[in-house]
Amino acid sequence: MADYDALVIGGGHNGLVCAAYLARAGKRVLVLERREIVGGAAMSEEVFPGFRFSVFSYVVSLLRPEIIRDLDLPRHGLHILPLESTVTPLANGDYLGQWSDHDQNRRELARHSLRDAEAYDEFGRLMYQMARAVKPFLSMAPPDPASLAPRDLLGMVRIAKQLRGLGGDRFHALHKLLTMSAADYLDEWFETEALKATKSASGIIGTFLGPRSPGTAYVLLHHYMGEIDGVFRAWGFAKGGNGSVSAAIAAAAREHGAEIRTNAPVAKVLIENGRATGAVLENGDEIRAKLVVSSADPRRTFMQLVGPEHLPDEFAQAIRNFKFRGSSGKVNLALSELPNFTCLPGAGPHLRGAISISPSIDYLERAYDDAKYGEVSRRPYMDIVIPSMIDPSMAPPGKHVMSIFVQYVPYKVNGGWTDAKREAFGDAVIDTVAEYAPNIKSAILHRQVITPADIERIVGISEGNIFHGELALEQMFFLRPVPGWAQYATPVDGLYQCGSGTHPGGGVMGASGRNAAMAILKASR
Amino acid sequence: MLKTTPFHPRTAALCRSHAWRRWAGYVVASVYELNHEREYHAIRSSAALFDISPLYKYSVTGADAARLLDRVATRNVARASVGQVLYTCFCDNKGKVLDDGTIAKLDERTFRMTSAEPNLRWLGDNALGLDVAIEDVSEKTAALALQGPSSRAILQSIAASDLAALKYFGIVATTISGIEVTISRTGYTGDLGFEIWVDSRNALGLWDRMIEAGAPYGIVPAGMLALDVARIEAGLMLIDVDYVSARKALITRQTSSPYELDLGWTVNLDKGVFVGKEALSREKHAAPAWQFVGVEVDWDSLEALYLEAGLAPQLPSAAWRTSVPIYAGDEQAGYATSGGWSPLLKKYIALAHLRSEHADIGREIEIEVTVEHQRKRAAARVVKKPFFNPERKRA
Repeated sequence: MADYDALVIGGGHNGLVCAAYLARAGKRVLVLERREIVGGAAMSEEVFPGFRFSVFSYVVSLLRPEIIRDLDLPRHGLHILPLESTVTPLANGDYLGQWSDHDQNRRELARHSLRDAEAYDEFGRLMYQMARAVKPFLSMAPPDPASLAPRDLLGMVRIAKQLRGLGGDRFHALHKLLTMSAADYLDEWFETEALKATKSASGIIGTFLGPRSPGTAYVLLHHYMGEIDGVFRAWGFAKGGNGSVSAAIAAAAREHGAEIRTNAPVAKVLIENGRATGAVLENGDEIRAKLVVSSADPRRTFMQLVGPEHLPDEFAQAIRNFKFRGSSGKVNLALSELPNFTCLPGAGPHLRGAISISPSIDYLERAYDDAKYGEVSRRPYMDIVIPSMIDPSMAPPGKHVMSIFVQYVPYKVNGGWTDAKREAFGDAVIDTVAEYAPNIKSAILHRQVITPADIERIVGISEGNIFHGELALEQMFFLRPVPGWAQYATPVDGLYQCGSGTHPGGGVMGASGRNAAMAILKASR
Repeated sequence: MLKTTPFHPRTAALCRSHAWRRWAGYVVASVYELNHEREYHAIRSSAALFDISPLYKYSVTGADAARLLDRVATRNVARASVGQVLYTCFCDNKGKVLDDGTIAKLDERTFRMTSAEPNLRWLGDNALGLDVAIEDVSEKTAALALQGPSSRAILQSIAASDLAALKYFGIVATTISGIEVTISRTGYTGDLGFEIWVDSRNALGLWDRMIEAGAPYGIVPAGMLALDVARIEAGLMLIDVDYVSARKALITRQTSSPYELDLGWTVNLDKGVFVGKEALSREKHAAPAWQFVGVEVDWDSLEALYLEAGLAPQLPSAAWRTSVPIYAGDEQAGYATSGGWSPLLKKYIALAHLRSEHADIGREIEIEVTVEHQRKRAAARVVKKPFFNPERKRA
């Protein structure tokens, strides 16, 4: 006799979203979270007394508006604050700003290139149109083009219709976007190095690719998808940090009747006669359910929790080949005062937005070169935000927290990760920041350094890849995580996936969790 | 921060209303006084002075300058004479309007182009292989518009050239109190008027001289609210208000051809190759689906609607810029994009896009009006543009 209709393994935001939707549909759901708090990589923690951090993921990125609406997340405490600008300090002491006000942005770009200032709007419009065509795919179970099943054929027809609506020019542009490198694609539009580099950075985040690697252009679209979500402000900063997003989803899930158990690490998925029938916890407890949904990444799910012995050879092989290659790290700082950037001295509005250390494409590509050969980038790409400037409750009054996302920090670093190596990486990051904001060193009260190895150890994501597997073209859409198994079901009956390692993955979107719940509900009807 | 124009020290001191608005990233006065009525009437009865510096201005020079402009404009630039200004559309290769503006031929190799939107990149892309230099002189060049029946007398009293000889849409290089300027007989009011172009560094000197010379004639610095009423009376469309640039349109339906904007007269299909020519010639033969027309609201009908609510007709004194449905029977025949009360003509007028089958002059239609929160329809008819077209404009 099953104790539950569904067990959700992992209480990250996708697991919680999936649980909330299942519970909302009347299912008896239990979420099993290994750690003492929910959220997975979307969590906030008071790491140092008085200083709260979004320890891992640090912005709301494309959180699906339908999830915000369906789960009424604002009522459960979600409050997304604007994160409106990006400033890129330059080596010559100048900077490039991208601002949310159109006139201000145009004027700033014109300072660097009148041509780019004009191209910016046209580029934005084209990206918007392509994003509009592609966005519906985020919310669908990706059809398999090789399949003749009615569901897949219908899905392909839907996609074809959507893409035909783009019109010729834009369809061609989309094809280029899917195949080109971010650098090449942006070269066709812009001449300002810092602009190209800062934009291209969104194409390399979470991948083990450089801005000149083909396939990196596509992720540029994601930023514009946020624009379509418009008033929902799908890009932003959650008040209280990203843990508040998870907390709001968890509250919604509980309200719908889901049970959430923390400190409940799963050792194995119970499989009987080829069917998933529950889970065994590390403490030996067995919990039975009609179906099991894993929000853990595909490798952890299949190689560890299920075990290859329960899988078809080809599938197991495909999971083994699924690339993780964590490439990002973080440095979280508690600060006694604000950083004073040489390019924009004082406490200006730029400190309420992102500071991007991405002065040129060459800079980013060199950072990648180091990583290719197993080293941390000597001069890494960094995306810096000061959450306490947006939400003062993140730090004691007058004090600040700073979040520094760093790439490239290879999981497979030469010689392996050690404490000494981690601190050396932290030092290198601070040294680079100090080149742009010299007071940073004296302002640091505490520091927390996180490598991909730490992400794997703490959050449990294989190789510390922030997207549960690289968001590279060969691992996206009907290929995520395995061709033929991209619709959330798995070769094990009664076992589903709902994590970021499934389509569409990436960021605090929640789309994987929602799509999986929809697929499960459809199948159980 | 927003930019201020070179005249800002003067305009800011005059702006008692503190009502500013954005124009191409600059702040300009919406209205200087507490309401715009006197500023409007100055346009029609004496002279109004506008700061139009935010316009985009490009200097196009070189052996192929005329070739480039002929390629991007719908008018025949190649045949323009020195001292002539052309109002023109700029289209994309689908024949949809990107922008509208003017091209002034200053000498055989030098043109100044003005536009509402930035066009440097687009000009550059079209200039591949041509011997031409394009410079964005928007910031370097300040501009004033002096509009109204007294404008010529005021300007003549300080300009070194004979302005009687300056024809409608002519331009001349001259000086005003020693300040080098070019004066074009152009404007956005449909009245007798001039636009004065000057190096930004001399802007304040020019302003002071104009105000001083204009005082005896009742010159009035005027803002955008007054201008908006005048340009509707003149039947002149405004980008982003009456049409969407094809560059900004998100869907094809938002784009317009010159024919659909009543600017077919600017399209010269007899000249050589230019951007959009093929599409435009196809459209001309197929007849455009839409027309851009003048609409006059029937006062008796409007008054009756207000009377039903126990009110006298109430119209805002400023022009409106919203999309208002227009009906022909039960069908929506189109939409007005700007309109308002003409204090001069004593008529309630609007500029509207109508499907061609409903757009003949004299056609009876209905326009939506909201009376005490209730949507009603007032009788209206299609009329000839411009609503106001004084002889002095061209004389």
